[in-house]
Amino acid sequence: MADFYHTQRAMRQMRQQAMQRGVVAILDVGSSKTACLVLRFDGIGRLSEDNSIGSLAGQSGFRVIGAATTRSRGVQFGEITAMQETERAIRTAVQAAQKMADIRVDHVIACFSGANPRSYGLDAQIELEGQVVTEHEVARVLASCDVPDYGAGREVLHAQPVNFALDNRSGLSDPRGQLGQDLSVDMHMLTVDAVAVQNLVHCVKRCDLELAGIASSSYASGISALVEDEQELGAACVDLGGGSTGVSIFMKKHMIFADCVRMGGDHVTADISMGLAIPTANAERIKTFYGGVHATGMDDREMIEIGGDTGDYEHDRRRVSRAELIGIMRPRVEEILEEVRARLDAAGFEHLPSQQIVLTGGGSQIPGLDGLASRILGQQVRLGRPLRVHGLPQAATGPGFASAVGLSLFAAHPQDEWWDFEIPVDRYPARSFKRAVKWFRDNW
Amino acid sequence: MQSVNPVSRDPAPSRLRYRMQRWMLTPGIRLGLRVGMPLALVVAAAGSYLADADRRGALVQQAVDLRESLEQRPEFLVGVMAIDGASADLSDAIRAAVPLDFPISSFDLDLESIRSAIAVLDPVKSVSVRIRPGGVLQVDVAERQPVVVWRTRDGIRILDESGARIYQIEDRKSRPDLPLIAGDGAQFAVAEALELFAAAAPLKERLRGLVRIGERRWDVVLTRDQRILLPPDDPVRALERVIALSEAQDMLERDVAVVDMRLAERPTLRMTPDAVQNWWRIRDIKESGQ
Repeated sequence: MADFYHTQRAMRQMRQQAMQRGVVAILDVGSSKTACLVLRFDGIGRLSEDNSIGSLAGQSGFRVIGAATTRSRGVQFGEITAMQETERAIRTAVQAAQKMADIRVDHVIACFSGANPRSYGLDAQIELEGQVVTEHEVARVLASCDVPDYGAGREVLHAQPVNFALDNRSGLSDPRGQLGQDLSVDMHMLTVDAVAVQNLVHCVKRCDLELAGIASSSYASGISALVEDEQELGAACVDLGGGSTGVSIFMKKHMIFADCVRMGGDHVTADISMGLAIPTANAERIKTFYGGVHATGMDDREMIEIGGDTGDYEHDRRRVSRAELIGIMRPRVEEILEEVRARLDAAGFEHLPSQQIVLTGGGSQIPGLDGLASRILGQQVRLGRPLRVHGLPQAATGPGFASAVGLSLFAAHPQDEWWDFEIPVDRYPARSFKRAVKWFRDNW
Repeated sequence: MQSVNPVSRDPAPSRLRYRMQRWMLTPGIRLGLRVGMPLALVVAAAGSYLADADRRGALVQQAVDLRESLEQRPEFLVGVMAIDGASADLSDAIRAAVPLDFPISSFDLDLESIRSAIAVLDPVKSVSVRIRPGGVLQVDVAERQPVVVWRTRDGIRILDESGARIYQIEDRKSRPDLPLIAGDGAQFAVAEALELFAAAAPLKERLRGLVRIGERRWDVVLTRDQRILLPPDDPVRALERVIALSEAQDMLERDVAVVDMRLAERPTLRMTPDAVQNWWRIRDIKESGQ
């Protein structure tokens, strides 16, 4: 338990250093693309003299000065499977972004989508030592959460206190300074496979970069794709990525659930490739140009050259109607959305007061997806694009960049997590005291 | 495992190129390359060139030659010295005091030292030296005006109104137009002496000069060795009193040796011994006649 506490704390310190230097890179390692944004932090600046443009929901403290995207390699289902390839992809993206920013970046905040995220709700209640809730008391109540046995080989990625209750008053976001007797906390903890995190850390290290933070991409895309009232009232964000589909549920501006479906746009492409017997590159191309989920009469007549590079004229000149293409794509998209529905049901999404669902990610650009999704997920479905941040190039404003933009917001204003509070002394393992004693004995 | 030699071109930079690029984006390195390296090159080139003593000497010589050729240009040459406001004697004295062989470059002229060399000459009251366009060293001199002759044991000197010495003469008769003063410290009271001379205008025919006594007061010396002893304070008034008496009663025409005005409330006369004898004789005749 203490291990991840210390590693996360070290990353927070690294983030502080990056803030002092004023430049940090955002790295979204996805299955289909690797995106890198370079942010410059130069304080909260007003955009206009007469104050007519406000602080843009607090993200105007930074500016995107470099952006680059490259095709991901060696990443499947949002997890790194070939380290060398992924390292090269990261290098490509970081180099191009640095070149655009014309500045060297040393700190990077990364996110990834896969690695079987699993949410846990923790709670704890303590009796206050004094009357006033202090930082120490908050740390104590956070430390007294009994952590479930999340299994070996798993690592805690997020541990965010989402709700504090003081005596019989609940729904406190920050109880510090208030008076009471009993303090209780609800905490949301997200664990992922440790191997995936270690692989990512290793890749980033190999690129001579320091990891200043790590986040789940479903969380990041939720931050950027959900508008403020949706985050407040409760909404689910579905990030249709390349290799995996992230699901996150927000409530009262906190993420309370995250999960991922190990299917995404790459599977649709693979289906097209298999069904039409064409190369993956061609399949990807006709998917993005002609793809859809609702066939109409017009689509029967629209013939698509699907190509091929066998040298056989007949084979390379094949044409399919757009309706056929849609017929291949639709079942897979339906499958993904049904899987998402299952995850939302498992999380108890139907009990939330608001049933808003926001689709984002590169896969949400399929024409007609909102109609299909509303049939499967519920009536309140909309397509979400990431928030507009300062200096973001036009090419990076699409829904595919939701998690990159969300990670930028996360980098600028990270939510308080467990490791932002000092761990109480009595929780320190006895080993470190022994080590200190030993050090004294050795040296004096 | 990926194939060792991928067929398609790899867009990823190699580790070396990636590091190199990051290195080049580091601000310190960029500054070093932009400023430091050219600077180092220039310094190294200059240093290697100047390492040889002969080259250094040649360079210095070149600079000196250039400077000299510039200084010797006709625009900067001064051909003559023009002296304004000085008599012929003083002009000669100035030319002797400032020995310059013209033409000379204006860069070689030290105007301040020339000015001080001229200013120490006795007859010069003030002097300004400048180089006039056209290569003329212009010396404007204000000469001291001689007002009195001061006779001392060492010689006879001409003084101006401030008491400064102008020059020395052999004989009083060479400047008979100037009044004569004498005595130690007389040069410090020339202004007062001049006032006295002005007041003594009625006695002009008989006036021989003024003598400073004890460095504090004046004696007026007239012909026939008559003396008027003036007080240190307000001597002009005392003198005017004497002149008034003299005009009213012809006092000075009589056989008086000294008119002592040192005590204003008690002016005293001293008669010559002959006059005293005469006076005594006349008194005896009068008494015997009684």
